[in-house]
Amino acid sequence: MRQVRSTDWLFHLYLVLFLAYMLVPLIVMGGAAFNDSRFPSVYPWVGWTDRWFVELWADKRMWNAFANTIYVALAVVAISVPIGTAAAIVINSIAGTTRSVLYALMVAPILTPGAVIGISTLLFWNGVGNAAGSEFFLFKAGLHMSVLGQVSFIAAFVMLLVLARLQSFDRGLEEAALDLGASHSQVMRRILLPHLYPAIGAGAAIGFFQSIENFNVTLFTRGTYDTLTVYVFSKVRTGITPTINALALIMITATLLGAVGYEIIRRRRERRLAGR
Amino acid sequence: MKDLLNRYGLLLTTVFAVLTGFWILVLVVLPNIYLFEHSFKPYLPVAELGGPKDVYSLDNYLTFFRSPIHISVFVWTVVYSALVTVICFLIAYPLAYYLSKVSARALLPTIFLLLFIPLWVSEVLRSFAWFIILALKGPLNASLLGLGIIEDPVRWISGFRGVIIGLVYTYVLFMLFPLYNAIQSLDTNQIEAAEDLGAPWWRTHWRVILPHAKPGIASGSVMVFMLSAGSILVPTLLASTNSRWFTEIIQQWMFESQDWNTGSAYAFLLLILCTVFVSVVMRVFRVKLSDIAK
Repeated sequence: MRQVRSTDWLFHLYLVLFLAYMLVPLIVMGGAAFNDSRFPSVYPWVGWTDRWFVELWADKRMWNAFANTIYVALAVVAISVPIGTAAAIVINSIAGTTRSVLYALMVAPILTPGAVIGISTLLFWNGVGNAAGSEFFLFKAGLHMSVLGQVSFIAAFVMLLVLARLQSFDRGLEEAALDLGASHSQVMRRILLPHLYPAIGAGAAIGFFQSIENFNVTLFTRGTYDTLTVYVFSKVRTGITPTINALALIMITATLLGAVGYEIIRRRRERRLAGR
Repeated sequence: MKDLLNRYGLLLTTVFAVLTGFWILVLVVLPNIYLFEHSFKPYLPVAELGGPKDVYSLDNYLTFFRSPIHISVFVWTVVYSALVTVICFLIAYPLAYYLSKVSARALLPTIFLLLFIPLWVSEVLRSFAWFIILALKGPLNASLLGLGIIEDPVRWISGFRGVIIGLVYTYVLFMLFPLYNAIQSLDTNQIEAAEDLGAPWWRTHWRVILPHAKPGIASGSVMVFMLSAGSILVPTLLASTNSRWFTEIIQQWMFESQDWNTGSAYAFLLLILCTVFVSVVMRVFRVKLSDIAK
């Protein structure tokens, strides 16, 4: 343990300032949702109101965007979790140049700007449609294309998480099961997957959130559909009203509840492990 | 491949290979090759596609190099993204050091919980928050005026100032977490040894902690630079009339001119920029790709 220094209070102060810097803007934005002023702000304070929440609730376009966001996020999780898990298993059992090349190709989408992913996905599927001479809806921009674009980099997050978990896997278990007459699918279902579940769960959660807050890829691939981020963006650009702040406050509260819930589960699990 | 077959059998191996192949080929490699190919094609009406005019040329790229405005927007995007990266590092480094080596262990989960909240709030809302704060008659000017620090309201959103403020706020956590992970893995005994041997605090940082934190610095820099240069939301919401971002020009080609081919040439330039940045960082910090990604 490091001894206490006389300069430590400076660090404490810095941490407090940084936390304020991170959180105060969110509080200001949330607070503006209750201000009875047509332009969203906390200053000057005109008076308390809940009308922005009422207006938001009545906004059909918002509900539509909300539903679209959830559909896309669920589809992204459903596709990227199997892909990311499979890719991690493949990467884990090969070596040499093939491994480095494959690995580079897999992490490249994380390091690619979202706009590039969006545009290349849009152009590619459009091109496939033209080549096939087909007007089939799958080749036109739309939410399904946003899903494909998002999967291309969210699968990489899942892959990295599962790969990290695979490092702590004891291969001997697999071999023992095979020697004792288990089939390959039994080994997969009863031994490998249970070991990977924590990473798969974390991957699914991260993928879900990443998809909900994605904007860059969605903007280029969405066609005429709205998602929540696109909805907020277009509202801010055109008719800015404090309903956005009401929506922001709801989203922040949801995030907060999710984070606190996760933390409670984590601490309970830790205590259980410590109690063993 | 043989190892895979032995371990998981033919059926499962095929499933793994198909899933991985679909991702790498159909979602990553082919779209990018297609983007590259199309950036050399002219923008033609549908009737002339495949006709005599439909040949490869450098025209789309020449459009960029012949336009002083586009070049200057590109250069400023690079310069200011690099500046944002440096500012993020300066803000995050002391904090990462504090969190990994100084602060009380018991408090860490709570601090991280508080830090995760802004991270999970979507980018569009985070830039919107600053849009409110920085407004001419907004809370920031009001409180500074109230405290007597400034005489007249400051026009915060002018030049690239609003964009820089927004980008730093939005992406500083992408610098903090990799730095924290890197510094945390350093044995505290090494820091104490340096101090016991009489090194002043700045030399301990320069010779012991910073070199150890290299993978974290590389990873954080790559993420912050790439996200900043590729950001669409922050420059649109917080830009003034004389601060344009390269992504806005890409959007113009894609949506206003509907010229997807020139758009893809410009998108490809952005991709090259990020690739160059990643390779420079890997060279300078002597790290591998696997150190940068997580």
